[in-house]
Amino acid sequence: MDTVARSTDALALDPERDTFPKLVRENARRLGSKVAIREKDFGIWQPYTWSQYFEQARLIALGLASLGFARGDRVAIVGDNRPQLYWAVMAAQALGGVPVPIYQDSIEKEMEYIIEHAEARFAVVEDQEQVDKLLAVRARCRHLQHVVYDDPRGMRAYSEPGLVSLAELAEIGKKFEVRHPTHFDDEVARGAADDVAIICYTSGTTGAPKGAMLSHRNLIVTARNAARFEGLREDEEVLSYLPMAWVGDHVFSYAQAIVAGFAINCPESAATVLADLKEIAPTYFFGPPRIWESILTGVMLRVEDAARPKRATVHFFLRLAQNIERKRLGRQPVPLWQRLLYPLGSLLVYGPLKDNLGFSRVRRAYTAGEAIGPEIFLFFRGLGVNVKQLYGMTEASVFVTIQRDGDVRLDTVGTPIPDVAIRISPEGEVLFRSPGVFQGYAKDPEATRQTVEDGWIRSGDAGFVDHDGHLKIIDRAKDVSHLADGTVFAPKFLENKLKFSPYVREAVCIGQGRPCVTALVNIDLAAVGNWAERRNIAYTSYTDLAQKAEVYELIQAEVKRVNRSLAEDEILRGAQVRRFLILHKELDPDDEEITRTRKVRRGYIAQKYAPLIEALYSGQDRVQVEAKVTYEDGRTGTMRADVRIRDVDVVAAAAR
Amino acid sequence: MSRPEPAGPLLEVDGVSVRFGALVAVNQVSLRVGRGEIVAIIGPNGAGKTTLLNAISGFYQPYAGRIAFEGRERTTLKPPDVAALGIARTFQNVALFRGMSVLDNIMTGRLLKMRGSFLLEALYWGPARRQELEHRAFVERIIDFLEIQAIRKTQAGRLPYGLQKRVELARALAAEPKLLLLDEPMAGMNVEEKEDMCRFVLDTNQEFGTTIALIEHDMGVVMDISDRVVVLDYGRKIADGPPAAVRKDQAVLDAYLGVAHD
Repeated sequence: MDTVARSTDALALDPERDTFPKLVRENARRLGSKVAIREKDFGIWQPYTWSQYFEQARLIALGLASLGFARGDRVAIVGDNRPQLYWAVMAAQALGGVPVPIYQDSIEKEMEYIIEHAEARFAVVEDQEQVDKLLAVRARCRHLQHVVYDDPRGMRAYSEPGLVSLAELAEIGKKFEVRHPTHFDDEVARGAADDVAIICYTSGTTGAPKGAMLSHRNLIVTARNAARFEGLREDEEVLSYLPMAWVGDHVFSYAQAIVAGFAINCPESAATVLADLKEIAPTYFFGPPRIWESILTGVMLRVEDAARPKRATVHFFLRLAQNIERKRLGRQPVPLWQRLLYPLGSLLVYGPLKDNLGFSRVRRAYTAGEAIGPEIFLFFRGLGVNVKQLYGMTEASVFVTIQRDGDVRLDTVGTPIPDVAIRISPEGEVLFRSPGVFQGYAKDPEATRQTVEDGWIRSGDAGFVDHDGHLKIIDRAKDVSHLADGTVFAPKFLENKLKFSPYVREAVCIGQGRPCVTALVNIDLAAVGNWAERRNIAYTSYTDLAQKAEVYELIQAEVKRVNRSLAEDEILRGAQVRRFLILHKELDPDDEEITRTRKVRRGYIAQKYAPLIEALYSGQDRVQVEAKVTYEDGRTGTMRADVRIRDVDVVAAAAR
Repeated sequence: MSRPEPAGPLLEVDGVSVRFGALVAVNQVSLRVGRGEIVAIIGPNGAGKTTLLNAISGFYQPYAGRIAFEGRERTTLKPPDVAALGIARTFQNVALFRGMSVLDNIMTGRLLKMRGSFLLEALYWGPARRQELEHRAFVERIIDFLEIQAIRKTQAGRLPYGLQKRVELARALAAEPKLLLLDEPMAGMNVEEKEDMCRFVLDTNQEFGTTIALIEHDMGVVMDISDRVVVLDYGRKIADGPPAAVRKDQAVLDAYLGVAHD
């Protein structure tokens, strides 16, 4: 099951352009007066050109050199997205050092771990807040010596040795240059494609963070391939608002910006991102699903505040756009009347809305990191925002697959970009090989061995490649299991599909080692309650509503919908939900059924609801339960309920 | 900045009394505020703190005593004249233009510095335009300083209380005061907001060299940020000194904790 897409040119890099400092120098020559980076400061977007970018980074590098910076030294970079910090990244690379960006909201202990592990001798940070943390860390770290800060505010009273502002550093750098006029050029010339360009520490849900080392070649080739694949141009505008420590920002705001020569824009502060997005109106945008979701929620809240006629108009046209987009993505014909109405919608709703959100100029946007709800995806695509799904990992220099323009689907993450090969292991895990495959984890050969085998990276995700060569991610590999007959069963994938329904709040799917899949469902009290009221169905409580025959009909239809979408999927076709029940109570962190971050605790639920689960597999159509509940004041009580069980039809595969 | 600073304290209050009819709210109070100092004025409710502040800023005319600013007597000046001298203040109850944006509110702090004709201003032409841009640039520095970029265009009346207090401070700073009078800048704030405000007060003092006199009830705040504490009780000054000394002063303890009168 190999899928390989080849790019036309080889991986060889021109030795004059094989590191980022060399590329920035080239940009400074070729695009000298073009804007490279903007920062909103004092209420105005302050531009810096590529020649200023190069010059500023050069001065920082010379300053660092005069402090005794040696090749191979690591530099911690901590702060919000600031031009000065991007320059510091290049400065470190120019001297043959390695930047190590750290999340700016890390607490002292986390910062200490990374700085100690990376053996960073230098730190370049944004402001007093970070300086305070770094000075505390320095008192305990063996390696950290010099702390450089950008914003001098509040720093007047600091007299610690080894603490210097960026402005002072640049001054020292100028003096150093008088004595060593060729130092900078010499050091840049010594840089090579296979030097480590950056170490990105990945948080990981278990254990200590691991430092993924990426070389210049990794990043340059991957960024270039993706840029060509997507047709990025020099006139792109990007908003750099995601943490610099995250590999995504490093690739979009640094690697790709340099490779393609486009401009990045640093927001005024974390609180002004949405306003800055509107002002910049980027042409190229990246956001994890939660960002898209929060933008959508913001829009909907404002719509609800509007007067009734306006509200009705907006709702009508948004529904229309989503219906059209759903048909388009499903390769179904769009009725003529809908096609005729769309331009009116553009004039009245879509255009003004896009303009207001800052999406009027977006040529392509990505969502990645986790599954995005189809209604969110359809909302933005319906407006005409070309948002696409992307699959990537730190260890791959981000890009693995992208949905090509004109080949966007709701439930895949697209096809491999040039030079990327994908393979599915016998266990169903996604493996890939690409020029972006990292150099290993810093000082952790064991973890590296576990992740890379013969150049293939184990992604840890279970998935498959469909007929059209699209990669489909099912679940985390460790969550995927099998039914009694060996059919692949991905509980989280099913649960997410169920939860995409507004009426389903939580769902727990069971099936490991069982003959078929069954589900425990929690309805969404607000949504189902509203639905019931509109149908004059009276109810007293969650438990009462949950057991209404009409509600079972409603949820049955939702489960059927999930089965239908599963039927199209040749691997998961056998794992359709056969029976379900609606739980008599809401899963609650107080009862330890879900975590505070709303992750289902499978093991505990299997144990607690064992009688229900047995009933699901025994063919009964109702079951009596007694449950212990914990009230908010800590008292406990017992509740009894009669829970119905429903069968759901299995949907046969549609003929292709 | 570059001019040599005249010697002597910035503000001298000498035997000032303020009365409302028969009630003597401030009774022969004297105090000095040195250049660059942060002085806290504390005291139980009704001690006359706000009245004293109002007398300094020209809202009330003292009935006895004199007030001198930068060595010049100005006991009988009206508030606009006081402001022109370089004294700015914030209020115990927030006094912003609720319907105006945060930016416009802060711009009003620059009004005293604006010159030019009404006509040019209205046309936004020539010197008026240049002047507006200069003032806007200065205001942006304060917005940056107080970290209120995200609310620049929000209507002041829609802001939560803690932020309104910060905007008020911004407006006072926009006047580039030599002396800043803060009337309970942290009242009604939660711990986090108080910490932020403390930092802004200290940073203002450090970055702009502004002299600050503030009224505050939170003893933790007072002890942390002030160079000197003046204590009033029933309109009289009962203590004046560094925080550590005032904290131990018997008269102060009696005033705050109550004392058996026999």
